[in-house]
Amino acid sequence: MSIQTLFYIGGRLIKGLLVLFVIAIFNFFLIRAAPGDPAKVMAGEAGATDELFLQQLREQFGLDQPLYYQLWVYISNLVQFDMGETYRQQMPVFDLIMDRLPATLLLTGTAFVLSLVLGVLVGVIAASNHRKWIDSAISVAALVFYATPLFWLALMAVLLFSVFLGWLPAFGMETVGANFTGWDRFVDIAEHLVLPAMTLGLFFTAVYARMARTSMIETSRADFVKTAKAKGMKPSRVTFRHTLRNALLPVVTLAGLQAGQMIGGAVLTETVFAWPGIGRLMFEALFQRDYNLLLGVFFISSAMVVLFNLATDLIYCIVDPRIELAK
Amino acid sequence: MKKRLIQAVLAAAIPLASINVQAADPVYGGTMDVVVQPEPPSLMIGLYSNAPTQQVAGNIYEGLLRYDKDLNPQPLLATSWDTSEDGKTWTFHLKHGVTWHDGKPFTSADVVFSVDKFLRQTNARLRQSLQYVDSITAPDDYTVVFQLKQPFGPFIGLFETGTMPMIPKHIYEGTDYKTNPANHHPIGTGPFKFAEWKKGSYIHAVKNENYHVKGLPYLDDIYWHVIPDAASRSVAYETGKIDVLPGGSVENFDIPRLTALDNSCSTSDGWEYFSPHAWLWINNRNYPMSDKRFRQAIMYAMDRDFAKNALWNGYGKVAKGPVGSKTNFFNKDLPDYEYNPKKAKALLKEMGYDGTPVRLLPMPYGETWQRWAEAIRQNLAEVGIKTDMVSSDVAGWNQKISDWDFDLSFTYLYQYGDPALGVSRTYVSSNIAKGSPWNNAEGYSDPEVDKLFAEAATAYPDSKRQELYNEVQAKLVEDVPVAWLLELEFPTIYNCNVHNLIDSAIGVNDAFGTAWIEK
Repeated sequence: MSIQTLFYIGGRLIKGLLVLFVIAIFNFFLIRAAPGDPAKVMAGEAGATDELFLQQLREQFGLDQPLYYQLWVYISNLVQFDMGETYRQQMPVFDLIMDRLPATLLLTGTAFVLSLVLGVLVGVIAASNHRKWIDSAISVAALVFYATPLFWLALMAVLLFSVFLGWLPAFGMETVGANFTGWDRFVDIAEHLVLPAMTLGLFFTAVYARMARTSMIETSRADFVKTAKAKGMKPSRVTFRHTLRNALLPVVTLAGLQAGQMIGGAVLTETVFAWPGIGRLMFEALFQRDYNLLLGVFFISSAMVVLFNLATDLIYCIVDPRIELAK
Repeated sequence: MKKRLIQAVLAAAIPLASINVQAADPVYGGTMDVVVQPEPPSLMIGLYSNAPTQQVAGNIYEGLLRYDKDLNPQPLLATSWDTSEDGKTWTFHLKHGVTWHDGKPFTSADVVFSVDKFLRQTNARLRQSLQYVDSITAPDDYTVVFQLKQPFGPFIGLFETGTMPMIPKHIYEGTDYKTNPANHHPIGTGPFKFAEWKKGSYIHAVKNENYHVKGLPYLDDIYWHVIPDAASRSVAYETGKIDVLPGGSVENFDIPRLTALDNSCSTSDGWEYFSPHAWLWINNRNYPMSDKRFRQAIMYAMDRDFAKNALWNGYGKVAKGPVGSKTNFFNKDLPDYEYNPKKAKALLKEMGYDGTPVRLLPMPYGETWQRWAEAIRQNLAEVGIKTDMVSSDVAGWNQKISDWDFDLSFTYLYQYGDPALGVSRTYVSSNIAKGSPWNNAEGYSDPEVDKLFAEAATAYPDSKRQELYNEVQAKLVEDVPVAWLLELEFPTIYNCNVHNLIDSAIGVNDAFGTAWIEK
């Protein structure tokens, strides 16, 4: 890696930090703009309270302080990598997020790889069979999955594979109480992963397939592809070395966007499949007005977006060496 | 059209009688899988008194007494109790040989600490009642004496696990209760011991081999599963992964389907102590709700039987007034507000209602409440009251009620077996204060009602209380400070192989000590 590239990365990281700082302040005010009081939500679950109890809770959460002071506490803690404590679980926010992060990354990562590989492959097949029945079939299927709401698809998949056929578990990440280890545990988790990963991945598979198909068809009309064909190169080599590599750029852009959403983007899937991940944590924190937890998840998600944007730009250079990094 | 809809719904509702199982001898062993919704914030029952916490922690912690389905006190950690002639001195005799999960003995010092120190500081609901208690003393290791300032009728009803749980003194004394590390590993005296909590997935409790009731519990362990989506909870039960769906954990429209499954049982028992009472808040402060005739018109306009049959699958009971029929001191002779749109229209005409629209807040607790709001809205429209629906999430809804920023709003609250604990709080004028959605949010104020409730709480004996409560109920039913809807029942659905699941007035919130699973 050249010095120039390293400088570029360093510059982008510093800019990223500034962006994160601004986002953190913005998030703080955004959340406070919603009506509601975390103390009251919590007391409400008990169905009875008095002013003393509410006051105790607010003091405990630091909500009795003026807003600017709360902001100051939040930012100064954040700079020291301290995200505070959750109101509800009484745990450090960072610990809770780290506790739930592996589950989410496993789910979104699997869905990401699955949709990218499958999507591009299907797109290439469709483009290679342009205007044949297989192309139409793929296009129609892609359109259907593109348009189907995620939660509906999830519920239908559960109905078919768990209730009627009984092949796959309907919820959770592991068989509770089975205490599997090693290979058995791997298989168990994999079985639990199939439905949520499929559900989450299908939408992006459809998007990648459509994108790859269009881009392939366009590129295959380019002069250099014609030349390659004319000099008698094997069709498969033309498709993968010449056409695909050039057609991949828009797909990379989109993949960067999807990767950035890997942390917060699985709320629905995690909820329907009771997958113990971050998306659900965020969703619940929102309804409970658990400000600290919510801010923590927002912060980690925005950090991921910044990182993946940078990674996407670097990958551009690898896919297409003609692209240079601006200084 | 509407009539046909009702018939269709009734026809679809499956007969509710649960299947009678033959009495068999309990067997030991087995794991029970239960749903808990939502995930509890903590299992430290002395700090958190919400339903999901109690549902799990009710197996770990215990109170001095339990209550049967008719709300009669039964021994638990206290074997017997007696009261002085004037009803002011209560003596409890504790069970010998009870140990905490860490092996330390449970004694009267724990009781005094739990009630006088810990819960007085942390439990808002108990604190209200403890103001009648002058002193709590322990003459010896197995005797506790409560000295009251004056007789307090509901006193003997305060001792269930959720209201007055026993907290280990040797762990909590002299510490900051809220940050004590033991909060993450609860220690109680109950039939099950805390084992593991995988946040977002499940809570695991295992059999307490040294439980103080010989021969119990039957089960080896219990898992409470956290499944955030209502439809997924139904599926989990359908696929046999879950044995017990506690009341309220699935949407009402799924209940007929789930109870019709093979080997599926259901019961509406186990809510007697709470007796959840649903009503419409009516903001008495503003026109047109400030007119009694308008509030009465609302009562006549609502088809509550329809709501019960169509939205609640026939479970529950149309509420007659402020006190539920299963709560003590219910007045049986109250007049009915039958469904009578004509009468409602006449009342509105008499008061000269000018058609001012009113805002209606549905309860953000799921689909049933949304549909109920739509049904009521239609009822009101039929008598000429126009409503605007104002929707929000739980936090926003709480805020609106506590800021008095509503005209009509759904709610339901627990009654805790006695009007002095769960009813008077909604109607006495000393409870009018912004900032809480569980006090007298409607702003109703009547000196006579205040006086009757105050006298009834401390009157002695019970026959005197009954008289006073009868009077105040009659008065409230005439004034309609809020529009009572239903006495709710949330059926618990469970695999028929599970026996003895619910054997007290707090249902699934009590310990599953006597529950057993047929092999």
